[in-house]
Amino acid sequence: MYTQGLNSIDKIAAPDGEQAERFQARIDADDRIEPNDWMPEQYRRTLVRQISQHAHSEIVGMLPEGNWITRAPSLRRKAALLAKVQDEGGHGLYLYAAAETLGVSREELIDQLLSGRAKYSSIFNYPTLTWADIGAIGWLVDGAAIMNQIPLCRCSYGPYARAMIRVCKEESFHQRQGYEIMLTLSRGTPEQKEMAQDALNRWWWPCLMMFGPPDGESQHSDTSMRWKIKRFSNDGLRQKFVDATVPQAHFLGLTIPDPTLHFDEAGGHWVYGEIDWDEFRRVLAGDGPCNRERLAVRRKAHEDGAWVREAALAYAAKRSAATRQKAA
Amino acid sequence: MTEKAIPLWEVFIRSRNGLAHRHVGSVHAADATMALQAARDVYTRRGEGLSVWVVPSSAITASDPAEKGMMFEPTGTKIYRHPTFYDVPEEVGHM
Ligand SMILES: [Fe+2]
Ligand SMILES: [Fe+2]
Repeated sequence: MYTQGLNSIDKIAAPDGEQAERFQARIDADDRIEPNDWMPEQYRRTLVRQISQHAHSEIVGMLPEGNWITRAPSLRRKAALLAKVQDEGGHGLYLYAAAETLGVSREELIDQLLSGRAKYSSIFNYPTLTWADIGAIGWLVDGAAIMNQIPLCRCSYGPYARAMIRVCKEESFHQRQGYEIMLTLSRGTPEQKEMAQDALNRWWWPCLMMFGPPDGESQHSDTSMRWKIKRFSNDGLRQKFVDATVPQAHFLGLTIPDPTLHFDEAGGHWVYGEIDWDEFRRVLAGDGPCNRERLAVRRKAHEDGAWVREAALAYAAKRSAATRQKAA
Repeated sequence: MTEKAIPLWEVFIRSRNGLAHRHVGSVHAADATMALQAARDVYTRRGEGLSVWVVPSSAITASDPAEKGMMFEPTGTKIYRHPTFYDVPEEVGHM
């Protein structure tokens, strides 16, 4: 998902010892872990990595949609898109703040993103070529994000769970405005409908990849499940997403770009075709269509803002010096 | 990373009159005025509050969770501080 990169890093060994046992007992009893509580070093590291990847994804995720704000087809659409992109910025900030409670600084986290050491969701490395892509992103990308984020509201780490509750409250509007765009286009002229279909064709498979590698290959799942950092498997969430989304596509009169897709009556699930995991690994490793551009834009924004941060700090220092002088 | 770190502030919001301010998260800002503006933008995009407090995180003194036994356990045995400790005959009615 937004933290799919987790699955490709070093394997995490479970800690042992009496303290670790007591920690596990607290988690088993559904107790929440708070910032200053004792926790295994691996728990801390896993969370810093997961929460910061999630935060980076929200921030980079502003770029593909921001691309269409000035070209939205009506004022109504423009206001909605602007509000949505602002929300994503807010999500990034809630999450950075949650990561910082684990003892890592904001500056360090930003540096990890800008230097290319940190990962973010592969989905944001695809381009937004037409207005219909904004509909597809809201409907599918935010839809997939919701599937993943709802269980995280019960994550064992308190600050992360609380941030996810805020995020989830805001996500529903994102998905609905996206679906509304798709609905308008697919009920519109043949060209508009074609545009909607084209967007679905391009976003469908990358969206299925958002849930991360198949369960067999995902190295971190066991420990993360035991620590209740993760509550459902990648494949389980992916299936839930497909089952929810296929009927919504049918309602739009659009075709899912998967010729093998069929409903399994016995299992009660939509069965989807083979996912191109090579593409997934390529995009995650930095070789997607927009990886370089996304980081270049973030770096430029950070550098261009340096004088503002510097001036604000200088002004604050001057003011507090003046206050001290007056008091003396 | 030669840049100076921007201070951290804790944000408290009163969601409506009659309720206490509640901790909602934190923001980074150079000074109190900017912290208030950032808190407004980050935590109240949908009318979540009527009043915001920002407090420098460094100004908060917190109890140590490792010492919660010493801090809080003494009250555990003082059950006579609760109304259920006292027997009042049913005939007396609700008290
Ligand atoms: Fe988001
Ligand atoms: Fe969203």
